Amino acid sequence: MADDLELRFERTVQSEARIEPRDWMPDGYRKTLIRQIAQHAHSEIIGMQPEGNWISRAPSLRRKAILLAKVQDEAGHGLYLYSATETLGADREDLTTKLIEGRQKYSSIFNYPTLTFADVGVIGWLVDGAAICNQVPLCRTSYGPYARAMIRICKEESFHQRQGYELLMTMMRGTQQQRDMVQDSVNRWWWPALMMFGPPDAESTNTEQSMAWRIKRDTNDELRQKFVNMSVPQAEALGVTFPDPELKWNEERGEYDFGQPDWDEFWQVVKGGGVCNEQRIAHRRKAHEDGAWVREAAAAHAAKHARKEGAA
Amino acid sequence: MSTSWPLWEVFVRGKRGLNHVHVGSLHAPDAEMALRNARDVYTRRNEGVSIWVVPATEITASSPDEKDPFFAPAGDKVYRHPTFYAIPEDVPHL
Repeated sequence: MADDLELRFERTVQSEARIEPRDWMPDGYRKTLIRQIAQHAHSEIIGMQPEGNWISRAPSLRRKAILLAKVQDEAGHGLYLYSATETLGADREDLTTKLIEGRQKYSSIFNYPTLTFADVGVIGWLVDGAAICNQVPLCRTSYGPYARAMIRICKEESFHQRQGYELLMTMMRGTQQQRDMVQDSVNRWWWPALMMFGPPDAESTNTEQSMAWRIKRDTNDELRQKFVNMSVPQAEALGVTFPDPELKWNEERGEYDFGQPDWDEFWQVVKGGGVCNEQRIAHRRKAHEDGAWVREAAAAHAAKHARKEGAA
Repeated sequence: MSTSWPLWEVFVRGKRGLNHVHVGSLHAPDAEMALRNARDVYTRRNEGVSIWVVPATEITASSPDEKDPFFAPAGDKVYRHPTFYAIPEDVPHL
């Protein structure tokens, strides 16, 4: 019986069909998905902070409206993803608790500080660009609700990347000081952006099983290479360079060769040692605790109306 | 008191990977019968692989009369669309 279920699950996945919430699925598949989608959702929510940092200081009303819309999108993306975890039996309150107690992770990129307004542009261009590289294949992930959430998210990310690149083009047409600011920002974000694809394939413990279940569609190194190939001509058009002496076109491979990020730094940030880890979680915890009265008031209001309707 | 059966809204998933989509409604005495009737009314030609039925009274909808003001906040935010940003033709993959 159990074998039949497992066989049907395997066949569905192998035939490129989607697994839907009420289908039987192996416990490991469910657990892996909850962990991955929750981590993804947490990243969207924590990701509001580095850019939110610049909303009040955006240089024009136009830039402020754009940045607000972008940060608002990140909140929406978090909600799409949390609701996908709920189709797997996860509890949203429980996920929030795990995030603010440091028991579940989010993308390490958000533990780096946003020092100048150029960072808003570079995050849109490179960080959201890397996220798009990661997310486009996830539109074909084997779990239906996750795939559908990714389709909506990818559509919206396109605005994020283009506003970033346009912002940087504007700064590059400005003063030398502004151009220097863009280059400095690119220098700081390039390596963390490459780290967003995760550790090298040889060290990635979850990749093999996730690929077999078709949760993951490409390996970390494949996606990283693709991102480098796409970014180099964009950097040339913008007039900036990447801080990698090993970066050069390889005629034979038809791809760019590039250096490895500092993986010791990567693991240090993952384990909590980044510049902003404590600040990000403390802020999220405070927002959650400060919002308690809103949740309580909304529940009291709904209960009062339910009583009134019951009496009527 | 009316003795007519309650109204149910019917949502059908065409195939794995797609959302359930609203296809119509029907009357039935309970959820079980609503599902069976929905199968017979809306999926006679293999239109779906999954059906949801929801009591029509349980759906809260925005009023059609309020359409304009209700959705107005999104109306003037053209900067939410990627086409708002002019990127030169020769910059690839953006």
